Amino acid sequence: MTHILSVSVLNKPGVLTRIAGLFSRRNFNIESLNVGRTENPEISRMTIVVNGDEKTLEQVQKQLHKLINVLKIKELDQTQIVERDLILIRVKCTRQQRSEIIQIADTFRAQIVDVAPDSLMIEATGTEDKLEALTELLRDFGIAEFVRTGIVALSRGQVIER
Amino acid sequence: MPKMNGGQIIIESLKKENVDVVFGYPGGAVINLYDALYSSDIKHYLGRHEQGVVHAADGYARSSGKVGVCIATSGPGGTNLVTGLANAHMDSVPIVAFTGQVPSSLIGKDAFQEADITGISLPITKHNFLVTDVKELAKTIKEAFFIARTGRPGPVLIDLAKDVTQAEMEFEYPDKVDLPGYNPTFEGHKLQINKAAKKINEAKKPLLYVGGGAVISGADKEVRELVDKAKIPITTTLMGLGIYPENKELALEMLGMHGTQYANLATTEADLLIAVGARFDDRVTGKLDEFASGADIIQIDIDPAEIGKNVSVDIPIVGDVKRVIKELLPYIEEKEMGEWQKYVIDLKKRYPLKYEDDGSETIKPQYIMEEIDKYTKGDATIVTEVGQHQMWAAQYHKYQKPRQFITSGGLGTMGYGLPAAVGAQVGQPDEKVVLIAGDGSIQMNIQELGTAAAYNIPIKVIIFNNNYLGMVRQWQEFFFEKRYASTKIPAPDFVKMADSYGIWGRSIDKKSDLDKALKEAMEHDGPAVLDIHIPQEENVYPMVPAGAGLKDMIEGEK
Ligand SMILES: Cc1ncc(C[n+]2csc(CCOP(=O)(O)OP(=O)(O)O)c2C)c(N)n1
Ligand SMILES: [Mg+2]
Repeated sequence: MTHILSVSVLNKPGVLTRIAGLFSRRNFNIESLNVGRTENPEISRMTIVVNGDEKTLEQVQKQLHKLINVLKIKELDQTQIVERDLILIRVKCTRQQRSEIIQIADTFRAQIVDVAPDSLMIEATGTEDKLEALTELLRDFGIAEFVRTGIVALSRGQVIER
Repeated sequence: MPKMNGGQIIIESLKKENVDVVFGYPGGAVINLYDALYSSDIKHYLGRHEQGVVHAADGYARSSGKVGVCIATSGPGGTNLVTGLANAHMDSVPIVAFTGQVPSSLIGKDAFQEADITGISLPITKHNFLVTDVKELAKTIKEAFFIARTGRPGPVLIDLAKDVTQAEMEFEYPDKVDLPGYNPTFEGHKLQINKAAKKINEAKKPLLYVGGGAVISGADKEVRELVDKAKIPITTTLMGLGIYPENKELALEMLGMHGTQYANLATTEADLLIAVGARFDDRVTGKLDEFASGADIIQIDIDPAEIGKNVSVDIPIVGDVKRVIKELLPYIEEKEMGEWQKYVIDLKKRYPLKYEDDGSETIKPQYIMEEIDKYTKGDATIVTEVGQHQMWAAQYHKYQKPRQFITSGGLGTMGYGLPAAVGAQVGQPDEKVVLIAGDGSIQMNIQELGTAAAYNIPIKVIIFNNNYLGMVRQWQEFFFEKRYASTKIPAPDFVKMADSYGIWGRSIDKKSDLDKALKEAMEHDGPAVLDIHIPQEENVYPMVPAGAGLKDMIEGEK
């Protein structure tokens, strides 16, 4: 089972090492980990995707809490979030294939960010599923290389029910 | 305000934290700190190895209940602390360790005696800091002490770039810490406490299982009241020994791999297990799904991560053990001794700890422990190394009060005992401190005899000399057909060794000599080493083989 944790941490030296070290030491599996700045310059937000049962998840959260520089941990309800992953992908392509690839990119609302005689670079954002679908389609042309950021996610604003 | 340098700021900060004793070993990277120490009132104990220094700070902390402080230089000084930090981390011992670091301009350049000690110690400290700016120094020390001693205590390391101890500024010690990510829970949840009380009042076969957390929290009075009021039999872990007087009726003493049969049987049969500051370690539980399998579990611990880590818990209460039990007590019904209580008391009679005594001149290790218990009337601090002797010390001495038994539990560190005994004696100068050592373990930090001699620290070192790494040999006997691979260890002449340090020493191998030798060692005005030859192939019983259930004990002789 995949869980998405949103973790606020104080920007102190070594905080990333502490968190990464905790995961390997305690034998927890990280699927992806993303760190970025937030509205507060002293605080960073990590989005960590972990795999494991409820019990493992509980231990992960409790152990993270013990780190002095961890401020807040929230498991995101996957039905109530906006999640995004970004991919940069360089596809091999001949002159003839170019327009077909551009069409595919358009369908996925992806951008062409670099054009070379024998390749195209595409930038796309979206959920993991969407990016995987895109990658699959492009595989036929030959993928030279790609890189993904891993998920970042935020909870949606509250819906007022009446 | 006058300016002072970083070294002096550290001394002033230590005074603010009421530190009057530090253990350390100097070197280039901490030379400014030592210069400041030289003209201060803080008493510095020079060890003979940094591992000795950190274990001494640990023993000091365990015996006194205060934070232990140690100092080491950069590079090898810091790396020599590693075992001691891991040891303190496993047993939740509050230590603040200062290490020197190369000047900030050289960090990362593989400078002389540079080692990334904050990186190395990251998984074995509660927290650590690298200070590269003198402005951060006092604040960091304040935070380090706060983190070390509050919540679930642990070691905190402060790595000091050399220029920080040289740089000057005005000293100002903050009154408050600013640690937004660190908020231990002290107060137990009311509703949970009520639920627990109800469960305890209703239980037919309740059992208290108490660990080191209760000792750290200072909950002996509360635990005693709980046992006496509700007539709940009590067993303790190795770390919890002494929390309740072991000569009392409902005391089942230690449980686990080398626990008493009555404690292990009672655990197996209980219908309610109340875990207090204990963490369901594998040496305690044996096979997990057979551990207290008929019992509901209440767990009280200050560390939420310990709850549900190894077993599922029915009623968890996060909070300081002492406070939680205090809150709990008014809701607990007073009870009389019932069937269950009579049953466990009967178990004690049916399955006592026992060993064979053939009436010869052989000195049995269990007998030595009984004699020490008799001699000290239970009023001594027993420190141990790691091995069979440690288990005999746990089993055959009847502990009366907390902090009376000091041992490396979680990490099982051979070489811990001697330096820890030095520290324990410094922490409680008026206590009789007796080290129960193995002939193997004591050789791991034997250089600390030099520390005991130099400061005339009157520890009594009793060596259980079996010429073996006995605990490993026992496993080889049971599970490897007596193939004693690398466990025979010829001992040096410990008396000559003691003598070379100017320490009183004696060696005996006859039972009839024990009384007198023990008395002489105990009454000697200063440190003493008593080397006692015990049977080479004596075993520790009972024993639950690793991975077996608690009821499947090997009973032992006769
Ligand atoms: C530093 C360290 N190395 C190895 C071990 C493994 N070990 C556990 S007990 C033991 C034997 C200890 O021998 P000794 O001190 O003579 O005690 P005895 O068991 O003979 O009483 C060993 C080697 C350990 N616990 N610690
Ligand atoms: Mg031995």
